Order: sequence, then structure tokens, then C-alpha cells
Amino acid sequence: MEQAIQVVRDALRFLNDVGAIIYLWVQQTLLGFVRGFLPDYWAGSLVWLIMQVIGIVCVIALLGIFAILFIYFERRGVARVQDRWGPNRAGPWGLIQGIADTVKLITKEDVIPVRADQWVFRLAPIVAMVPAVMVFAVIPFGYAKIGAGTDALNMPFILADLNIGILYGVAVGSLTTVAILMAGWGSNNKYSLLGGLRSGAMMISYEIPLALALVSVGLLAGSLSTVDIVKAQPFIKPFGIDLFGGYILLQPLGFILFMMAAVVELNRSPGDFAAAEAELVAGYHTEYSGMRFAAIYVAEYFNAFFVCCMATTLFLGGWRGPEILPSYAWVLVKAVLLFWCLVWLLGTLPRPRIDQMLGFAWKVMIPLALLNLFGTALGVSLWQAWVVK
Amino acid sequence: MINALRTETFEINMGPQHPSTHGVFRMVLTLDGETVVDVVPKMGYLHRGIEKLAEENTYVQGVTFTDRMDYLSPMTGNFPFVLAVEKLAGIEVPLRAQYLRIIAAELQRIASHLASIGFLGNDLGTWYSPLMYTLREREIILDLFEMLCGARMTPTYMRPGGVSQDLPEGFKDRCLLFFEKNMPRIMGEVPALLTDNEIVQMRLKNVGVLPAEKAIACSVSGPSLRGSGVKFDIRKAVPYNAYDQFEFDIPTGTKGDNFDRFVVRYEEIKQSMRIVRQALANLPAGPIMAPGITRNLRAPAGSEAFARTEASRGELSVYMASDGGVAPYRCKLRSPSFINLTALREMLLGSRVADVVVTLGTLDIVLGEVDR
Amino acid sequence: MSVDSLAEAINQAVRGAVVAKSTGNMPSVTIGAGRLVAVCNHLKSQMGFNYLSSITGVDYYDRFEVIYHLHAVPGSEQVCVKVVVNHDDPVVPSVFNVWQGADLQEREVYDLMGIRFSGHPNLTRILMWDEFEGHPLRKDFGMGNQAAWEQMPHMPQLET
Repeated sequence: MEQAIQVVRDALRFLNDVGAIIYLWVQQTLLGFVRGFLPDYWAGSLVWLIMQVIGIVCVIALLGIFAILFIYFERRGVARVQDRWGPNRAGPWGLIQGIADTVKLITKEDVIPVRADQWVFRLAPIVAMVPAVMVFAVIPFGYAKIGAGTDALNMPFILADLNIGILYGVAVGSLTTVAILMAGWGSNNKYSLLGGLRSGAMMISYEIPLALALVSVGLLAGSLSTVDIVKAQPFIKPFGIDLFGGYILLQPLGFILFMMAAVVELNRSPGDFAAAEAELVAGYHTEYSGMRFAAIYVAEYFNAFFVCCMATTLFLGGWRGPEILPSYAWVLVKAVLLFWCLVWLLGTLPRPRIDQMLGFAWKVMIPLALLNLFGTALGVSLWQAWVVK
Repeated sequence: MINALRTETFEINMGPQHPSTHGVFRMVLTLDGETVVDVVPKMGYLHRGIEKLAEENTYVQGVTFTDRMDYLSPMTGNFPFVLAVEKLAGIEVPLRAQYLRIIAAELQRIASHLASIGFLGNDLGTWYSPLMYTLREREIILDLFEMLCGARMTPTYMRPGGVSQDLPEGFKDRCLLFFEKNMPRIMGEVPALLTDNEIVQMRLKNVGVLPAEKAIACSVSGPSLRGSGVKFDIRKAVPYNAYDQFEFDIPTGTKGDNFDRFVVRYEEIKQSMRIVRQALANLPAGPIMAPGITRNLRAPAGSEAFARTEASRGELSVYMASDGGVAPYRCKLRSPSFINLTALREMLLGSRVADVVVTLGTLDIVLGEVDR
Repeated sequence: MSVDSLAEAINQAVRGAVVAKSTGNMPSVTIGAGRLVAVCNHLKSQMGFNYLSSITGVDYYDRFEVIYHLHAVPGSEQVCVKVVVNHDDPVVPSVFNVWQGADLQEREVYDLMGIRFSGHPNLTRILMWDEFEGHPLRKDFGMGNQAAWEQMPHMPQLET
């Protein structure tokens, strides 16, 4: 029995580390190969560059798969909330629906209004897509500890463990506002302009509680790096196994503020003022068709995935969890759970009016976020004064 | 400093093609930022010339036009037309037919109000969720109509002189089962998910206010008038077709804002269920059509009739004049949606773009009726 | 309220306004066109008919009739008032200042019947498009089997 458990544990551990082991193997092989014809420093840099490119390709592939899956998941989820089935014809359980839609969108005619501002109109989807992908540089998708003892190699599955991780995430994430304004302006359409400007105002207003919630987490962890934040989170650990925890225990208000601000930042219902179908037909993306529309649409899901992963990393403990699942599976499970909450909100809640939402942001959420920050700072300093001393 | 800033208003076309104008309806909004400064409604995109067509088709054929007028509530659309023909020609409708008409009309009212509540959820931004729930019950009512007369949307059930088909076997049980089993679910879900939802109240309360005097002056009728606090229902004020034999209340609002109109529709569903229950319980036996009605029904030359009914959206009345022929000389359809739009500008001045759609939703227009 | 008492009440208020009375299915009182606004004001303010239910225009070949149905809301009193005008140049004073509900209804009668309402603030076509010629509900309006459609303005770029 003991042996069986040990075998299972080893298998799970292997599942967790296999990616890291392959990565290291490729790295060492390349290093050996490149050292043959380059001095040491340049060899190291070149191999680092190649490994980063491989990592970026892997992350983009993962993103692509997950965006399609999230779109499918949302359509099914919203349909179930609405007492209907959702797409279940294309492929088994409708799983091919995403691919079918992609093919359809690629083959559609690319309609550009004659009087649209050509460069702004064409660049807007790119400006929407690029930051949505760039932010994934700071999300740790898993963790592996190769070897044992003092010379164990700690490998977080992260593209760039910046020491300003969450600052980078918020800064780059807010570039989507520019994309929406560009799309609204470039369409030469009063509705799009209205949608774009509304969204601009909303996103700027809701950046503040978002950032303040993150700053509180940074205060608690003592660092802005996402890996450090995950490692510093308090977990309930029966028998030394991480069971449940994360900063959601210490910062419930911060978590709620983050998720609410994120819903508006993502232009998802009930915060989808940019494209409120009832009033503005389709708002800022009315005039887009085919692949351009697909780019904007998928960028929205990339952003949603990012926000879910960010909330997982900061509040739910990232890759940490009992060993029954590999670390990367935990990240994805928690992210999908948060995405389900977002889908639930979409299917249920009506949309407040924009001035009501703006009032809520400035009069309720920012004071609460500031209170949260103040309380966190107070708590941290008291903790350091009494306990650590 | 802010006042010295030069601003301009801009005109936006909430055009004939729009997901939320409930049909091909166009409003030219003059906006100052998000605030509405002027509203000019432009209609006529669905004008089919029904009144002219009615002059060239016989009285019985004319009933089919009324189905297509208010396509969300065709049974109540048939009602005033056949009443006018009967007044014109002096036809006496048997009591059983009158009760069957009431059953059909009240079931139709429930279906229409369910659709209205669901589509209001759409306008509020819930991405079809309440609509899916209310349409679920409406489907069962449409199935009942199919059982009754064979058609869901264009029933032409009421004919001059009576109704076209008698109550089939099992209709009464099916209908009462529907009231027992299905309706409580949606009647509980609407308050829980919509009426008591804080966001919905935030969006609907104190928006699109229509004071009672203004509503009367603008000839508003139906739930929109009752939402403003005026307790006026043609079924009680000028009872027609045996409505005076039924017991029901008239729900009214207080302030005349969107929320009151919304709640009045919800309450009217309950009252309609009451009426149908009474009708099914006391249904008299007898013929369903007056004797001697032919296809070439004629009315005495020079006679006129004005039949007023309370349709789902307000007062639907038909003025008919005859010259002795098989077709009416003049058939005027006074549709509630068209005349309720008189009050649109009053309700919308000073509100925001988002409120325009919601106010139009609570006013509950159907373009088939507006344009005829 | 019977037709006779109504006619007497109107005649007492506005001398000589009532031209004819009619009983039957739809009892009505016919008023001279010039006195219409005065009669309507009296009906609304003194007799409580505050609700204009419907304005109908009828084209008899030698005359036009405009029929007003009024109601005292909330209550049960309803009356019908008619105005008869000649066929060649039908002009009826507008009751917009008495009941605002006449706004869209008079526009519809103008659009479809061609009866002009003097004093209406915005007497334009409502159901037909603005450049349409003719009044469809008139008995002499015949288009045969042709359809008519509104010419849509196009953008100059698409012309070249």
C-alpha cells in the first residue's frame, strides 16, 4: 500500500517536472552546441534567447488553445444559465465550435469603411492583441523543484520573473484602453465613438481600484514579483501539504475589488459599456469584420484569461495546492474556476448605467481600496513590529 | 470655467436597424454628451397600408390583417375588429363565444406581458437570460393557442359572429395545469431576478417619468397609463363582451417611472390568470358562432361603429363605416403603440442614452401596430 | 350621456356650434369646423373629457369627415364629435393645444388623407416618407400595381 502511494506520488511528481526536465535538457544541449563556436558570455546569452523564444511560442500556443476553450466554455456556461444547451453540434459536445468559428472569421470579407481613418482603424486590433499577449510574461504557470537538498534547482514556469511583475502586468494590461479608443475613433461611426469614449472613461476609472488592490497584495508579500507573491502566501498546511489558502484569506476585500474592477476592465457584462449591444449595437467593434474582429474578440478572451491567472497568482495561491494535481494543473483549475464566476456574472446581472458605474468606482470602490491599503499597511507594520521583532 | 467650454450637441440616429428599438423604429436623438436634448421619432418603416387593404377585403378577410398588426398579441388585435363588425351589422354573439374570446384574449395578454418583461431584461443588458426564462412560459401559451385554433402567431381565432373553433378536449385541464405548475415558477423568478435586483431598480426607478396629467393629455393608454397612477382600464370603464361578468383588479403604479410600468405588467399577468380561471370555470354551453354569418357579410349602408378594447399595450379601437358592401367603407385602427409614442419625447428629455432604450422598452411598442 | 343633452350643453357653451346630431351604433354630434377648438376646450375643461381617444378621417366622395372620440378618464363617459369639411381644400383647426395626444394622430390624418390641420406645430408626414406625393387613403388614390419606394441618398464615393 505504502509502495503504491509512493509510486503514484512519484508519477505525479514526474508529471509536474517533465516540462522542466525537457527544458533543462534542451538548454544544456544547446549550450554545449553553441559553446563550440562562441565565447562563454555570448553562448549563454544566445541560448537564453533561444530558450525564451521557445517559451514564448509555448505560451502563445497555450493561450491560443485556452482562448478557444474559454470562448466555448463561456458560450456553454451562459447557455446553461439561460436554461438552454449552447453549441453542442460541431464535434463531440460542440468542442470544434471554436475552430469552426475561427475558420468562418478568417474566410470573411474584410470590410473597411471608406471614410474610416485607415491607419488607426487597421492598427486597433493589433494594439488590442499585442498587450493581451505580452502580459503573460509575468504569470507563473507552475513550479518545479529539480533535485533535492541545497543545490536543488527552483524553476517557476514563468517567462520573465521580473521583480516588478504585477506593475508590469497592470501597466501593459491598461494598453487595451488605447486599442478601444483607436477602434472607436477609427471607425468613423458615432456609435463606435460613443462606445470607445465610454469605455475609455470606464477603464481609466477602474484602473485605480485594480492597482490599489494589487498594491495591498504587494505590501503583504513584500515584493512585486509574482513568484515571490505566490511563495509568500499563507496556506493551511495539514501534514505539510498545501491544502487551501492564499491571500484571499487575508485580503477578501482586495479580492472582491480586484475581480469587480477586472470585470469592467475586461469589458464584460455587467461592465460592457463599450459594446453594450442594447444601446450601441456593437459599440467600438461595430465596423470590424472577419479576422480584425476575431483579433479584437480573442484579445478580450486573452485579457480575461490573464485576469483570471493574475487573480489566481495573487489571491488563490497560484500553482500551490495538494500534490494530487501537477502545479500547472492547479493554476489552470483555479483560473477556470474564476472564469466560471465571470461567466456566471455575465449571464445573470443586468448592466448599470455608465454614470452609475462611474459614480460607484469613484465614490465606493476607490475609498474602499484605499481603506484596504491603509489597513494592510497598518497590519503589516504591526506584524513586523510585534511578531517579527 | 466649465461653462466657458464650448460644447456641441451631436445628432445620432438610433436607426431603423437596431437590436433594441423593438422593430424598425427610428429616433433621431440630439445628444449633449450622454444627455438627450431632443428626440424626434420617425416611424413608417413597417407601414403596410392595412387600413386601405381592409377597404378592399371583406369583413371576414379583414380579421387576418389584425393578426399581423400587433404580432406579439394577435388575439387582442382581432378583438376590436370583430366587435366593430358585429356592432355595424347588428350581430349578437352567443355567450359561449364571448367567454372563449375572453379566454383567448387574456391568455394572449399573459403571453404578451411575458415577452415584454423578457425583452426589457434584454434592454437592461442581461444578454437574454430573463428572456429565455419568460419565453419558456410563453411557449406553453402558444402551444395552448395551437391546440385551440391551430396557429401560434396568426390565429385569426375571433371571427365576426363568434370564434372559429370550439374548446378542444383537454384544453381546460392543460390550461389549469399550466397555471398550477409552470406559471408559479416564472412569477417567482421575475421578482427574484429582476424586480428585486438592485441594478434593475437603479436603472428603472425615477427614469422616464410620465406624470398622470401628462399621460392623459398625451392619450397614453394601457399599462403605460396605469403605471402613471391613472386607474383606467377599458374592460372596467366601458365593459365589452361580457367582461362585466368577471372579477379582477386593475394594478396601478404611483410615479409613472419605468419601474412602475414594469411592475404593472407583472401584476396584470396575475389578474389575467384570475380571469381565465373564472372563464374556464363558468364556461356556458352553447353555439360558438352566431347563426347566419356568411362570407359575404354585409352591414347596413351608412352605419358606423366604434369598438374599444383593452389590448395588451393599451386601448386598441376600431372605427368602421359601411356603405352596404361586403367590405368596410372605412376601417380605422387606433393602435395603442402609435399613440403612446406621443409621450416619448416628454419621457426622454434629460435622460441618458442608456435610458432611451429602457424607456422605449417599458413603453412596449410593437412596430406592426405603430405603422399598420 | 345622450346625444341630445350633449348637443344642448355644447350649444349653450358655444352658440350655434352643433350642426347635426346622429344616433345609432355610434351617437355623435357634428360641429362646425370654425367652432371646433372652442367646443373642444369646453368639453375638456367644463365637461371633463380630458382624454382624446382617437381622431379618424373619412373620405366620402364629396366631403371629408374628421371624427373625434373623447373620454372622461377615469370614468365611463365617452362622446363622439364630428367635423365635416369640403373635399377640395380640407382644413380643420388643430386641437393640439387642447389635447397633446392629437399630435401624432393629426399628422397621420394629414399624411394619409390630406386634411390639413391649421395650428399644428409640426404637420409633416409620419407614416409615408417625406417626399411622397399623394394621400394614400383617399378614395381616388390609385397606384395600380406599381410599388413605390423611398429614394435613399447615397454617398458620392459610391457613385464614381
